[in-house]
Amino acid sequence: MEIREKFAVLPHEMDSVLEEIRGLDSLNEAVVLSTCNRVEFYTTSLCPERGRADLEKWLERRAGFRPQIYAHDTPRSIRHLFRVSCGLDSMVLGETEVLGQLKKAYTHAAGAGTTSRHLNRLFQHAFRVAKNVRTHTQITRGSTSVGSVAVDLASKIFGDLQGRRVMILGAGETSERTARSLQSRGIQSVIVSNRTFDRAAKLAEEIGGMAIHFDHWHKAFHEVDILISSTAAPYPILTKERLAPMMRDRADRSLFVIDLAVPRDAEPAINEIEGVYLYDIDSLQAIAGNSLEVRQQEIVRCEEMIDQGVQDFVGWMRRLHPDEFSNEAAAHSVGSKIS
Amino acid sequence: MNRLLLAAAALCFLLSFGYTLFALGAGKFRPARFNFLAMLGGFAAQSAFLYLRGLEVKSCPLHTLFDLLIFLSWSITLIYLLIGPAYRLSLLGAFTAPLVLLLTLVAVVLPHSVEGAQGFANPWVEFHAALSIVAFGAFGLAGVAGVMYLVQDKQLKSGKGSSLLYNLPPISALATANLRLLGLGFLLLTVAFAAGFISGISIVGLKFGASVVIWLIYGSILVLRRFHALAPRRIATLAVGSFAFALMLLPVIHYLSLQRL
Repeated sequence: MEIREKFAVLPHEMDSVLEEIRGLDSLNEAVVLSTCNRVEFYTTSLCPERGRADLEKWLERRAGFRPQIYAHDTPRSIRHLFRVSCGLDSMVLGETEVLGQLKKAYTHAAGAGTTSRHLNRLFQHAFRVAKNVRTHTQITRGSTSVGSVAVDLASKIFGDLQGRRVMILGAGETSERTARSLQSRGIQSVIVSNRTFDRAAKLAEEIGGMAIHFDHWHKAFHEVDILISSTAAPYPILTKERLAPMMRDRADRSLFVIDLAVPRDAEPAINEIEGVYLYDIDSLQAIAGNSLEVRQQEIVRCEEMIDQGVQDFVGWMRRLHPDEFSNEAAAHSVGSKIS
Repeated sequence: MNRLLLAAAALCFLLSFGYTLFALGAGKFRPARFNFLAMLGGFAAQSAFLYLRGLEVKSCPLHTLFDLLIFLSWSITLIYLLIGPAYRLSLLGAFTAPLVLLLTLVAVVLPHSVEGAQGFANPWVEFHAALSIVAFGAFGLAGVAGVMYLVQDKQLKSGKGSSLLYNLPPISALATANLRLLGLGFLLLTVAFAAGFISGISIVGLKFGASVVIWLIYGSILVLRRFHALAPRRIATLAVGSFAFALMLLPVIHYLSLQRL
């Protein structure tokens, strides 16, 4: 992390960084991808060895020490970019956020005038390959973390999450993370209730919610769509006996109960109540695990599609430079990624 | 030619259904343009068939049970094509295909002959008959949305993140679609009944009773829903059960109608 921080390019620095790279004589085009997990430079050069050396020197000047980098020439750089765009090189296999970040990086570089024929074509091709892979394989199937599984399930119950209300019972770390995941998808109202009111108030302040006393949580129940529970209670606090009458008052509204507590806060029997969907930590982890397994099984198919994409792009390069292709590493990446 | 058109329609619905089964088997069950196009193809073939049949019988083709089932199948497909994409419920097609295929297949084994069939007494009767079947089409599609709701409810209750769960629409969207289709069907049926009264034909006895029972069932569902007395799951169950019941009564109503044309 410490090393990655030195190379990270912040959004407000991007224009000046692209300008400086364009100033290097040996490089023709450049796109800079800087995310929380990687810093990568996609460049083209007629003299790859010199281009790489210049870029390394520039990185050394910027960071203040000689960087640990990896570098790929054509066609490995092309394959690398395609794998990145498909989420195969990400910490969370198949994640799609990186594609958006790549599109943003490319758009920024194109706007700054640091891309031309090769990188324009290469990035458009990468986006196409990513779209094909996502459409024809299950590499993005499901979610692989408890928080994102909860968000997916909430979307399958409520559709749009805008305007939905969440109640957190027990101000635990996992509850907070799950609530934040839901907030990232449009949840605006969060009610926090904890046996220690101060802790509830603190968490409510952090996530922009409202704290209520633990003894009064049931009074706010009729407003709630999603209930995240992680108290340290030794017995279930959400029982069928208690919940069934409360659900009768809201016959046409579903309730998504996420029970993250061990021992469980919710009696399994509440899942029998009409409109109540109960998921405990084991079932959420099992779903996340299944999704990861499915994604891992899809890697081979993804790689085959990426191979085809690389061949197509290299074919285009050969047609563009029939005589000099072997001498020109028209696209190579020099990157620094510490994961 | 007529038979070929019907066979083409059945083939389109079969392809749509077959594709769904294949996709389910491959674990890639998701809304696809193929489903929509296959349904559109089936609808076009059915429309052409009904047009030719109409020319043959010189009125809206509703003279035999065969006609009735084809017209019902056409109505369900029509409402799916209008409603499905509008509510982003393209997967509705995957569930609609087996129902319209079944109706078409049942129809083709029934007698086709229209010899001896009398025309409609006046245009209001014809309008009443056609609109009633379109209303049944809306109820049929509400039943399909109800089945989808119950499947999604089961998936969500099971606590397992199956492929089907991720590819079915959100359960809230299915509940909304179900309710809107029931409302549409009820509205069309009410207008059809009004047209029946305007037509001046006396409607009494069993046919009147059976028709009123269907109207009351759907009306009661909507009224109870209006007062929050029915949860979405019960509405979905009732939509499926009511359509099955209405489908059983349809031949009876049709037979009794023929006595009075």
